[in-house]
Amino acid sequence: MSSDAMAIHAAEVGAGRPWVQTLHEWVTTVDHKRLGILYVLLALIFLIIGGIEAIVIRIQLMRPHNDFVSPQVFNRMFTMHGTTMIFFVIMPVMFGFANYLVPLMIGARDMAFPRLNAFGFWLTAFGGLLLYFSFVGGNGLYGAGNAPDVGWFAYAPLTSRAFSVGHSTDFWTIAVLVSGFGSIATAINIITTVLCLRCPGMTLSRMPLLAWMNLVMAALVILAVSPLTAAQIMLSIDRYLGGHFFDTQAGGSAALWMHFFWIFGHPEVYVLVIPAFAFASEIIPVFSRKPIFGYPAMVAATVCIGFISMAVWAHHMFTIGMNSMANTFFVLTTMIIAVPTGIKIFNWLGTMWGGRIQFKTAMLFCVGFLFQFLIAGLTGVMLGTAPFNWQLGNSYFVIAHFHYVIVGGIMFCLFGAFYYWFPKVTGRMLNETLGKLHFWLFFIGFHLTFDTMHIPGVLGMPRRIYTYEPGRGWDTWNLIIGIGAFIQGLAILIFVANLVFSYFRGSKAGNDPWDAWTLEWSVSSPPPSYNFASIPTVSSRRPLWDRKHPEDPDNRYE
Amino acid sequence: MAEKHKTEWRVVVGRATGIVVLLGGILLAAGLCNASAPPDNSVPSIFDPRSTPAESISHLSRFVLAITGLIFLVVFSLLLYAIVKFRNSDANSNREPAQVYGSTQIELAWTIIPILIVVVLFLATARVIHAIQDAPKPATAVEVTAIGHQFWWEFRYPALGIVTANELHVPVSDSAHPTPTFLKLLSADTDHSFWVPQLAGKTDLIPNRVNGMWIDPKQTGIFLGQCAQYCGTQHAKMLLRVSVDSPEAFDAWIHVQKQSVNRDDREVTGRQVFETTACVNCHAVGGTNATGRFGPDLTHLMGRSTIAAGAAENTSENLRLWVQNPGAIKPGSLMPAMKLSDADLDALVRYLETLH
Repeated sequence: MSSDAMAIHAAEVGAGRPWVQTLHEWVTTVDHKRLGILYVLLALIFLIIGGIEAIVIRIQLMRPHNDFVSPQVFNRMFTMHGTTMIFFVIMPVMFGFANYLVPLMIGARDMAFPRLNAFGFWLTAFGGLLLYFSFVGGNGLYGAGNAPDVGWFAYAPLTSRAFSVGHSTDFWTIAVLVSGFGSIATAINIITTVLCLRCPGMTLSRMPLLAWMNLVMAALVILAVSPLTAAQIMLSIDRYLGGHFFDTQAGGSAALWMHFFWIFGHPEVYVLVIPAFAFASEIIPVFSRKPIFGYPAMVAATVCIGFISMAVWAHHMFTIGMNSMANTFFVLTTMIIAVPTGIKIFNWLGTMWGGRIQFKTAMLFCVGFLFQFLIAGLTGVMLGTAPFNWQLGNSYFVIAHFHYVIVGGIMFCLFGAFYYWFPKVTGRMLNETLGKLHFWLFFIGFHLTFDTMHIPGVLGMPRRIYTYEPGRGWDTWNLIIGIGAFIQGLAILIFVANLVFSYFRGSKAGNDPWDAWTLEWSVSSPPPSYNFASIPTVSSRRPLWDRKHPEDPDNRYE
Repeated sequence: MAEKHKTEWRVVVGRATGIVVLLGGILLAAGLCNASAPPDNSVPSIFDPRSTPAESISHLSRFVLAITGLIFLVVFSLLLYAIVKFRNSDANSNREPAQVYGSTQIELAWTIIPILIVVVLFLATARVIHAIQDAPKPATAVEVTAIGHQFWWEFRYPALGIVTANELHVPVSDSAHPTPTFLKLLSADTDHSFWVPQLAGKTDLIPNRVNGMWIDPKQTGIFLGQCAQYCGTQHAKMLLRVSVDSPEAFDAWIHVQKQSVNRDDREVTGRQVFETTACVNCHAVGGTNATGRFGPDLTHLMGRSTIAAGAAENTSENLRLWVQNPGAIKPGSLMPAMKLSDADLDALVRYLETLH
């Protein structure tokens, strides 16, 4: 190590310096790894908050006519839970991982636009703070504040000033708007980084799937968040400048907001899930000891999903009274998207097939993901069947379905990613025993809650009700759902404890604890500033496999 | 090390089996619960249809469930097999498995087969969409305009000149003489959704937009449902009751509804309270000077079995509580607390109880 590198290293460790200086460095950082960590920490804080909101919802619904919280509080809880989890947990955590991993995996020293990167993070962070400031400021600063209570998709005209007095809706609008600008900035950054900063030899067809999938995700962010941003501005114009876009009392259109929201909302699902696919596509091969099965098919399926996802939005709107032709069209596009998604599941299975599967915690989470995402996809087909959707839409079946996607699919992959890359980021391994406990508790809690949750939907229970009548066959199911929620909460606490414990006491990781194949494992853990002392050159999709097996390199077969 | 792997593996299999059994149990219980649903339609299950749209949806749903169930079984078996068969074991723990990069034939197979399944599902779905949405309206159809309000339902029968609230009465429809009910769906304020699972799928009521749906119940009885689109604070207590009447009972109901209120001069004090306070700003009572339209029409209030959009039984005590403090039954409802003296309150409730 040169003396310069030593100095940088010492600066990073920060031994013996005042904490203000360390804080200043983190606040002013433009380093992709630090910003990545900041994104992830931000998301973890909001995950705890959003999780508490979910627990409040479930306690309230554990028995009929419960009065744990008032209807007003309940409505705020589900609005904040949804908004928080989508905009301030999953999106930032995915951006965090992308920020940290993409440059390392493509052999770059940083993101393309480091300052834009920091700008994007701080917009997201302040967006989140703004959202939560509504608890204080929603009714103005004279006391009882309130959080938004319009639901996370904030259908018009509930958001108009006639139905939403005070400023709670404005906090929601501006928070989403601000963080949306941050998302667009980060997306531009990811696209530019992936397209322009790949190391010599890394053609697009040799790029790790994680980079490919984040590229598609970033493109979707630009396409999807822009209409949402436009809609938020239109809503603000309605509320403050006398516009009538969504003001039905003055001839505006409520359905217009639905279109705007869901043309964001559905690609958004893929914005969240494609990075999760990316984790699975890196973790499953390493723990199966095989390269990903059908790399070109995986890339093609991802791009295909990206395109088709722009044409399915109105399947969220089958009940709004579109004509039969429109409904039929969106049934078709919705069902078609199941094909590339299926291809992915089969390719992951193909990767495991004939492998030597090691059930480390990261792999357990990915196998759990495969199982649950399969079910989520199939309930998605049911919901894509418009007539079935007329029954199931806006019922608890929908809630069960999309939590199956977001928790059973995305969160499971995300936990897998934590167990897989934590050693790289911190230099220490996450504890495997606690990890397995985390997995099994979360798995059991997840299934108790979300398997059960399909049933009240089938029995006619709509979403977003703060209480329900006894005797409709919903009581027992809601009790079980609540119990499962507590078990999941406990699992999350174990996970956080594991993060903290392992950060200080975990065993040393070394450069390459999993015997993996992508470039991030070729540098120290944590990686040095600017990642690579000299930019690597690659000649296949698995550069470290080539180094470890010079007698049988990958580029002979690709 | 190898031994440890083995025990670890046993634990994994043991737990996984336990969970599969648990899940199976839950599903089984769900099935039983479904099968043993009480006959009084108190559980509004979508798989217990009593009207053509709900029935064709239920058929399609069972078909889709069968196909997706089959896909699940196949893929889940493959996953389970892979987990068991290709796990890390002592025999292979120190060498890498054969490195396989893919296969075009296999990729084609698992692209084409799903496409064929999609075609089948799509055609079956398109057929049902057309059958339900494009069904012609017979001349014998009953027409009802349903208007969603925060947080109650207004039902108007334009051809019959009837206005009522929260409890929809429709005739039973037999296949020889079909008398389906066609609903025109409007909203007075925010979005709502009309959902009575045993009769039809839901359709939203959106302000500034005219939607429609139809039902043709095959069985008399009360069918339960509720608003299925979040519409504000009391979305949860915007309940729906559809009373499917025999033709005679329906005619009798129409006959009663068409009459103006019986003048019952014994309750003149209560009537005076009603007509001289804010009640009349929102409520109408046919044949009197109460003509408000913001709240439910009360002309035949006592013909309804519930008040406050199904939030409470229609009893004297509940009526009294509702007028005195609506927040006790339905916090956040738009009915204000009337702050009447006890004597006025009693008189008012007695008056309301004359509105048959």
